[in-house]
Amino acid sequence: MKDKILQYTTRLGDDSLVLGHRLSEWCRNAPFLEEDLALINVSLDYIGRARMFYTYAAELAADGRTEDDFAYLRDQREFSNLLIHELPKGDFAYTMLRQLFVDVFYNLFLPRLAESGDETLAAIAAKAIKETRYHLRRSHEWTLRFGLGTDESRQRAQRAIDQLWGYTHEMFDLDALEADLVEAGIGVDSSALKAEWEQQVSAILNEAELKLPQEEWAVRGGREGYHTENLGQLLNEMQSVHRAYPGLEW
Amino acid sequence: MVIDYPLLSAAYEARRAHRENSALPEIWALLDQVCDPEIPVLSLWDLGVLNDIQRSDGGLVVTITPTYSGCPAMQTMREDIEAVLRQSGIGAFEVRESLSPAWSSDWISPEGRSKLTSYGIAAPKSCASCEGLALDAEIHCPHCGSSNTRMTSEFGSTACKALFQCRDCQEPFDYFKPI
Repeated sequence: MKDKILQYTTRLGDDSLVLGHRLSEWCRNAPFLEEDLALINVSLDYIGRARMFYTYAAELAADGRTEDDFAYLRDQREFSNLLIHELPKGDFAYTMLRQLFVDVFYNLFLPRLAESGDETLAAIAAKAIKETRYHLRRSHEWTLRFGLGTDESRQRAQRAIDQLWGYTHEMFDLDALEADLVEAGIGVDSSALKAEWEQQVSAILNEAELKLPQEEWAVRGGREGYHTENLGQLLNEMQSVHRAYPGLEW
Repeated sequence: MVIDYPLLSAAYEARRAHRENSALPEIWALLDQVCDPEIPVLSLWDLGVLNDIQRSDGGLVVTITPTYSGCPAMQTMREDIEAVLRQSGIGAFEVRESLSPAWSSDWISPEGRSKLTSYGIAAPKSCASCEGLALDAEIHCPHCGSSNTRMTSEFGSTACKALFQCRDCQEPFDYFKPI
């Protein structure tokens, strides 16, 4: 069971780190200063979350590895994040629509993880949920501004929704590992969150006069280490300093 | 004119009772000099980060609660605590981070709230009173006291603050977010 919790914790850490890194790419590139600050603060929340998960993973592994080994010394195939987190940042609408999809998801997921029988996972989730509520408030408001704004903002938001949609389904897949952990009262049954997620997302899109895609396509594989080409590029950049100067301290 | 919002939360009362019942009042007092590196008027006690001091076989155990998950100031806070303990000749100690229960802005001391306001940062409303309310509902300007203010950004210079501007005195100010 300990090994399963380790894998599960690493997955959650990977989700947070990869998305946190993507958001950090907006630093000094955001449309205006306040938005730059906001995106970086959200990014920091995710990176902080990743640190908590990896620190716990290292503790479970008890093989001398630290949080840094998890973040910087694993290759693409060893990363088990859901694909939606690794997609390139795109334009601002794409970044914010992705946030909307994951924020609604985490708002449903984290309160359940906070009830996990595993005390540490529950504590991390209880902390993270407070931050996620803020994130959702912002991605919700931006979605309205895009949808009810100009022709261009509406088109860009709709394009982002259409391009991201097929990556949302994977968030609700439950594999054997997660099913075991759900059974043990430790993991969250994310498949049970799908109906509520769809309902909340479609209510927000409706309010913004944006359309829920009808097309059914789905890309999967992140949990098994099958990634889009984007993850390799992200890791290449994120890990380069650590790999070039092993053991270097700040 | 500085407007103050006294707020005594049950969470703060519990913290204060815990401190008052501690067998190590001199260490609590000693650590009152350690302040938040970003908001230097607030001690770690005021902020709600410093939450427990115990003596164990291995020496002192100081427990701190991180504010935000990714707050970069946590490392500095830890080092500042360690430096103060060392300077006082205390060699055997450990600073532990505790995640649960999760930190809340309701833990900030009433003194801390006044200090925030005098420093030009609007103190957070209580979390319970903000449930379901927009973040920018009725925030008073720390400079002139007016409630005629508007939010300019949900995030400010640090994760724990939002940016506001007063429509009366026109001054921009930070609002410490309720969380």
